[in-house]
Amino acid sequence: MNAPVVNVEEKLYQNRYRVDHGRPHIQIKNPQHCQTECKSQACTFVCPASCYKAEGNGAVTLITDGCLECGSCRIICTDNVQWEYPRGGHGILFKFG
Amino acid sequence: MKEKFDVIVVGAGPAGNAAAYVAAKGGLSVLQIERGEYPGSKNVQGAILYSDALEKIIPDFRDEAPLERHIIEQRQWVLNDDSFIGAHFRSDAFNKGPANRYTIIRAQFDKWFASKVREAGALQICETTVQHLIKDGEQVVGVQCDREHGDVYADVVILADGVNSVLARKAGFHGEIEAQNVALAVKEILFMPEEVIQERFNIGENEGVVIEMLGTITDGLMGTGFLYTNKESLTIGVGCMLSDFKASEKRTSPYVMLEKMKQHPSIAPLIAGGEMKEYCAHLIPEGGYRAVPKVAGNGWMIVGDSGGFVNAMHREGSNLAMTTGRMAAELVIEAKAAGRQMTEATLKEYTRRLKDSFVMKDLHKYRNMPGIFHHNKQFFTEYPDLLTGAARHMLTVDGVDKKTKEKQVMSSFRKTRTLPGLFGDAFKVWRSVR
Repeated sequence: MNAPVVNVEEKLYQNRYRVDHGRPHIQIKNPQHCQTECKSQACTFVCPASCYKAEGNGAVTLITDGCLECGSCRIICTDNVQWEYPRGGHGILFKFG
Repeated sequence: MKEKFDVIVVGAGPAGNAAAYVAAKGGLSVLQIERGEYPGSKNVQGAILYSDALEKIIPDFRDEAPLERHIIEQRQWVLNDDSFIGAHFRSDAFNKGPANRYTIIRAQFDKWFASKVREAGALQICETTVQHLIKDGEQVVGVQCDREHGDVYADVVILADGVNSVLARKAGFHGEIEAQNVALAVKEILFMPEEVIQERFNIGENEGVVIEMLGTITDGLMGTGFLYTNKESLTIGVGCMLSDFKASEKRTSPYVMLEKMKQHPSIAPLIAGGEMKEYCAHLIPEGGYRAVPKVAGNGWMIVGDSGGFVNAMHREGSNLAMTTGRMAAELVIEAKAAGRQMTEATLKEYTRRLKDSFVMKDLHKYRNMPGIFHHNKQFFTEYPDLLTGAARHMLTVDGVDKKTKEKQVMSSFRKTRTLPGLFGDAFKVWRSVR
């Protein structure tokens, strides 16, 4: 069976969020490191919300709006991810969980 | 004046709610802090509720709690790309008397449980993230929240802040979680009329089915899939060890794995027409016995997922969460009554009691399981093909005599795994579950 093409944004569209605009709760500490040092860029396929994107120039960009707050990125990238929970009341708000 | 409580509980999942409820019922002043908009809004589970752990806290919970279906049938499937081979157990005995397990929808269930905590007399504040523990020397004396005048104090802080265990890590009680000790699971909830669910799964009103799956659906990674029946929705998900996702040569994304699983010919007809209303992801602490950190110290205890209390082998977690939450609170009540200080000397009794309970006994029993599956991926790759292939071969009537067919099946096993390999695999599994 071939891997299906999945548009994760369509899935996330079903979810409810209260985005803390301008205050991302996760940040890439040193973006240069992703581009030059990190070969696997595992965050770009492991993140279940596809918050991390591999760019054409080798960089990795992060947009946390769709984050499901699982913590995977922090654990697989201990050196270069600054990770906090969003401020109280913000972020993903599960309707069913 | 400093605000001071007997107990602060961080988190309003099963562990935090159990701890706060028991502590408040026991007459303590309790502050429970939850970062979500309402209790449950940050919480994710399959979800199966095991009655026993909750009965010990709220004996008549069935009268009020939002329950979906009680489970009367369990299906264990091993899948390759186009087949499954399975063992099913169904019994009408599960319809008699109070049920042992139910499917639940966590956002609704946790909201209810948390309302019981408030009724019991605890003060509950939501939309508040605890950022740090406050220490006085070695003693934890309170928490720092992300609101103005956000420092609050207590004799003891019970950490029920979930699998990421952020607060204990920041306080230096344990290190970062290792990717090989957590599974990353994703799931969707699919809505459909309850009559459709009942017809498709051959069940009556309020009766439910659990399907646990293993095989090529996880793309060679160590993990499992699941499908649970709720009242008018199905929950379908898949989870694999985070270390395996990270190292995946095919760079498999969890949502692609889930989508592929939904398209499996044995699964697709069961979920057809379901309207997807939410997509979740969550980590599950599956490191077992060896990954449980220190869970009691000066002024603090860790309960639930935050302490790694999950029996991955039996898909149990919320019951361990409620049990550890209850036991931590009971100890605080006793210590308070005896006028003892909430030091490590007092609170390490929690660790001792856990050892005597099913929580650590079960984790200890399966202590070698995670390691065995980590190093023996054939259980997720070769065996599903061998088993389903054998079944198909034996069930295809084509003029070949049965003895020859048996020989062909045996030789397919030997060719793929070799004879010592087969015995070795059987021994490994036997040794880790005995």
